Amino acid sequence: MQYAISILLSGVSLGGQYALIAIGYTMVYGILRLINFAHGDVFMVAGLMMVYLTASLPLAAAIPLVLVLTVLLGFVIERAAYKPLREAPRMSVMISAIGVSYLLQNLATYITGGLPQMYPEIPGISKTITIAGAPTKVVTVVTPVLVLVLVLALTQLIHHTKVGMAMRAVAKDFETAQLMGIRINAVISVTFVVGSFLAGVGSVLYFTNYQSIVPLSGSLPGLRAFVAAVFGGIGSIPGAVVGAFIIGLSESIIKGSNWSIFSDAFTFALLIIILVVKPTGLFGEKVTDKV
Amino acid sequence: MLKIENLQVSYGGIQALRGISLEVPDGKIVTLIGANGAGKSTTLRTITGLVKASSGSIQWNGEELLGKSIDKIIGAGIALSPEGRRVFADMSVLENLRIGAYLRKDKEGIEEDIRWVYSLFPRLEERSWQLAGTLSGGEQQMLAVGRALMSRPKLMMLDEPSLGLAPLVVQDIFSIIGEINKQGVTVLLIEQNANMALKIADLAYVLETGNITMSGTGAELLADERVREAYLGKNG
Repeated sequence: MQYAISILLSGVSLGGQYALIAIGYTMVYGILRLINFAHGDVFMVAGLMMVYLTASLPLAAAIPLVLVLTVLLGFVIERAAYKPLREAPRMSVMISAIGVSYLLQNLATYITGGLPQMYPEIPGISKTITIAGAPTKVVTVVTPVLVLVLVLALTQLIHHTKVGMAMRAVAKDFETAQLMGIRINAVISVTFVVGSFLAGVGSVLYFTNYQSIVPLSGSLPGLRAFVAAVFGGIGSIPGAVVGAFIIGLSESIIKGSNWSIFSDAFTFALLIIILVVKPTGLFGEKVTDKV
Repeated sequence: MLKIENLQVSYGGIQALRGISLEVPDGKIVTLIGANGAGKSTTLRTITGLVKASSGSIQWNGEELLGKSIDKIIGAGIALSPEGRRVFADMSVLENLRIGAYLRKDKEGIEEDIRWVYSLFPRLEERSWQLAGTLSGGEQQMLAVGRALMSRPKLMMLDEPSLGLAPLVVQDIFSIIGEINKQGVTVLLIEQNANMALKIADLAYVLETGNITMSGTGAELLADERVREAYLGKNG
């Protein structure tokens, strides 16, 4: 029983962390039809920035600064690597994204010398507590609550603000949105800012559970979050969140069994099954390519 | 007044407009008729800035529009109701109208204009909360026009508003266009339904493969033999 609870808790927590990354994938896809391969690496860079900033700054200053810098990184990546390719075929933008992904990994290797960096302890959330007899870290409980709050705030932003209305319009029809006077580049920037911010928050929650961080630390969580976004129906925010919790829970359950080695294989098998049964994912709508 | 001079546009090696000049005087209804592919839509899209011109000039009340960003052009009082309506299908009718007023900051004015659009198109008011994608073709066209009006344009451009609509609905739309014009909005209309367009127009231009080949008042062109033969389907 205790064991089941601890697996459930860690699954929900992991799911929440994936959700924060998955939203970034799904939002960017919704607007640009681009799989932003660099997103997982932005998540990793946020983790590394945390390592370096906490070396010289108190946590209360480091965390907000990490979030601001992560947002800035997302913004700059879009402006430098994707915006110039706005009229180019989608494949070119995708390759640009892969390039940015490797650039970030290589930069991280260069700066860290390839050595694992100790992730700082965050006193509030790294503490161990006991829930129903199962020992767990505070972050496990904080994560789903925080995810819920952030997702609600995001939904509010998208459905009840002017910029949210612009985002929905741009996602559906670039040209007509422009005819309304919407500056699509500004809206795309906002999308990257929001996605990077959530990835930054996700990074703090995620890496707290690990001792150290390496330049490749972003690729697997990034990939799993991407799977979650596809699973839920890429382009759909509720889909990404639900997908992330399902992926997180199933990963946690497999890791708690004798088959833990196969957890990633299982995740992808699950994805394949869903896509065979429902090609658009759980909440996906049929997307007709823009003409 | 909108004044286009020697406008040339080409994309992908094809010259869509080969140096056209035309004028849209304030308060008038001007129509541009021509066959498919003559460059009618390209003309409107170039005015809004969606398409870049290769040379020429587009002056709006003495101000050069070429090279300006789309939001600046829309903000200067020009609106386009695009071909194929292009309403935001998964937004409600009301949201579609609100997004038409995206650049405006005067909240009260916006509410007032929503009521104005609803008075022009009572059908839209009945369907205020309905998703635009569930409307009929005619209602979507009304919404596209209403949405364009929400920016309070001085010049309203309409791209094929009658396309694919039943004759009765087309008449409704045209009478509303007349009504909008009476309320002081200048109209630039492009149509394949040349008969309807010429009847309503003060001024008309005929566009053929990127060139303007004829111009005159609506009545003049309506009576012209060549126009009758080519665009009104009447031989002799």
